[in-house]
Amino acid sequence: MKFPPKLRMLLTVPPVGLALTALLPSSSALAAASVNKGDTAWMIVATALVILMTIPGLALFYGGLVRTKNVLSVLMQVFICFCMVSLLWFAYGYSVAFTNGSPFFGGFSKAFLHGVDVTTLAATFSKETYLPELTYVIFQLTFAAITPALIVGAFAERMKFSAVLLFIFIWFTFAYLPMAHMVWWWAGPDAFTLSAANIDAVKAAVGDSAAADFLAKLAAATDDAAKALVLSDYSMAVNASNGWLFNKGAIDFAGGSVVHINAGVAGLVCAIVLGKRIGLGKEVLAPHNLPMTLIGACLLWVGWFGFNAGSNLEANGLTALAFLNSILATAAATLAWTTSEWMTRGHPSLLGAASGAVAGLVAITPACGWVGPMGGIVIGLAAGIVCLWAVVWLKAKLGYDDALDVFGVHGIGGILGALLTGVFVNPALGGMGVTDYLATDTSTKVLEYVFSAQMYAQVVAVLTAAILSGVVSYIALMICKVTTGIRVPEQEEREGLDIGSHGERAYS
Amino acid sequence: MKYIIAIIKPFKLEEVREALGVLGVQGITVTEVKGHGRQKGHTEFYRGAEYTVSFIPKVKIEVAVDANLADRVVETIQTSGQTGQIGDGKIFVLHLEAAVRIRTGETGSAAL
Repeated sequence: MKFPPKLRMLLTVPPVGLALTALLPSSSALAAASVNKGDTAWMIVATALVILMTIPGLALFYGGLVRTKNVLSVLMQVFICFCMVSLLWFAYGYSVAFTNGSPFFGGFSKAFLHGVDVTTLAATFSKETYLPELTYVIFQLTFAAITPALIVGAFAERMKFSAVLLFIFIWFTFAYLPMAHMVWWWAGPDAFTLSAANIDAVKAAVGDSAAADFLAKLAAATDDAAKALVLSDYSMAVNASNGWLFNKGAIDFAGGSVVHINAGVAGLVCAIVLGKRIGLGKEVLAPHNLPMTLIGACLLWVGWFGFNAGSNLEANGLTALAFLNSILATAAATLAWTTSEWMTRGHPSLLGAASGAVAGLVAITPACGWVGPMGGIVIGLAAGIVCLWAVVWLKAKLGYDDALDVFGVHGIGGILGALLTGVFVNPALGGMGVTDYLATDTSTKVLEYVFSAQMYAQVVAVLTAAILSGVVSYIALMICKVTTGIRVPEQEEREGLDIGSHGERAYS
Repeated sequence: MKYIIAIIKPFKLEEVREALGVLGVQGITVTEVKGHGRQKGHTEFYRGAEYTVSFIPKVKIEVAVDANLADRVVETIQTSGQTGQIGDGKIFVLHLEAAVRIRTGETGSAAL
């Protein structure tokens, strides 16, 4: 397929979204590779922060929002999800997400972390800069664990515990792992340095004969245009085994599509298939402990700095920018939601403020390392207003019982964030621009920003996430339906899942 | 003997209890309840959900007294529990057939 020159450049240069492991030649061949203790230390801290987001951040956030009789069930579902996915990640998750296979699904070469040890390395977004691979394994583990846990909010207060476990197992394997692979799996920045000094990385990327071939062609190129053509062909060869969405040019710094759109759409499907809770619209299904919800929201916010800023994979100025955007967008979203609620419904509520904060965090997730602070604030303001609209108006209009607004906040917020990332990455709007890795030096060179091409890529990523997640969720629920059953009996739903499913009461 | 049940505003409890103590009424039972008379409730918003809450928190006090004290007890509760605002509550007087002090087995007025 022939692309016009500008589009070709955009598609052939890998946009950096998330750090992903690289195909790494053996350590001895990486003469210029360096592992920095500062980067490593930061990544370990960031990992711990993201774990706090799930346990207990998300657990408490959701826990306070359900009725007293169901609080333990929600805490349990989130807690067990974390434990289960951690083990699955070790068993095959990391391998399927971050090894070579197809552009859609990785392989099993690193199942049970085979070949991964305390010496192996993973690439960052900067040339010649690496992390110990195990830090990458644990960091990505936390993302894999929190994503299915988010879905718990959609089917809260009525789903069978056994079905929850089976659903998460299937969805993690067939919706999360492929998305992670498609968005984040790439050859690493050093593979794109086509030079004799970098021969080892070039060989690792395209093979020995092709490596010699390209180097010869580059040497023979007489002018810049000819050189650009060689580099372009070279990058296409390097990209051959990248994730499919990565190659499309979609940018997603910390996982707006892999985590939020993915979980959000799954939540919508679950809400629709499971049906409404008994008493919806007639009885009071109000939160039982909003202080608990706020504690959860704050743990989410603070932990999110590990999620967003940690996605830079290094400790540098861009890390701090992602951190800053995660404060400003969140604050803006909180105020936007609160103000809109005050104006339209008479009171600024604490639940609204907490929800606005989460909406802002969701929306800035794909954008945090790509946009400038002003762009971040605009994204936050938009998220606060649009997500409020989604949970108040859209949900009521379409009539699905997304109990804790997983789709309204994570789905809609994620989609909004993905699209606005494509807008505000533009250097003219204060954005960082998309890195040109074909530039052989390590300075930051950016590609020319093409609005239509970038937005097209963003839309493709959004649609892919939505369709994949929707289809896999539906099939997973149907499997649950014929094996475990999906919904608890009415009697148990009335009495509460804490007693019915877990044999416990939260408060005596 | 008479059994007097009064529904009052929660923050009035201390005042009513003290006033009854002055009268010589020493035994009292207190329950937290919800209810409404003609007082309207309020609306609560939780994201997309809107709930009209018609029940308002109140306190129910129950005292058992001699028949000759009943009228003064009712009057005392009414004056000490009153704010003049809607929702002040109500007092009900029932005939009490028997009373027993569990510790000693005393009955009738001696049990009060």
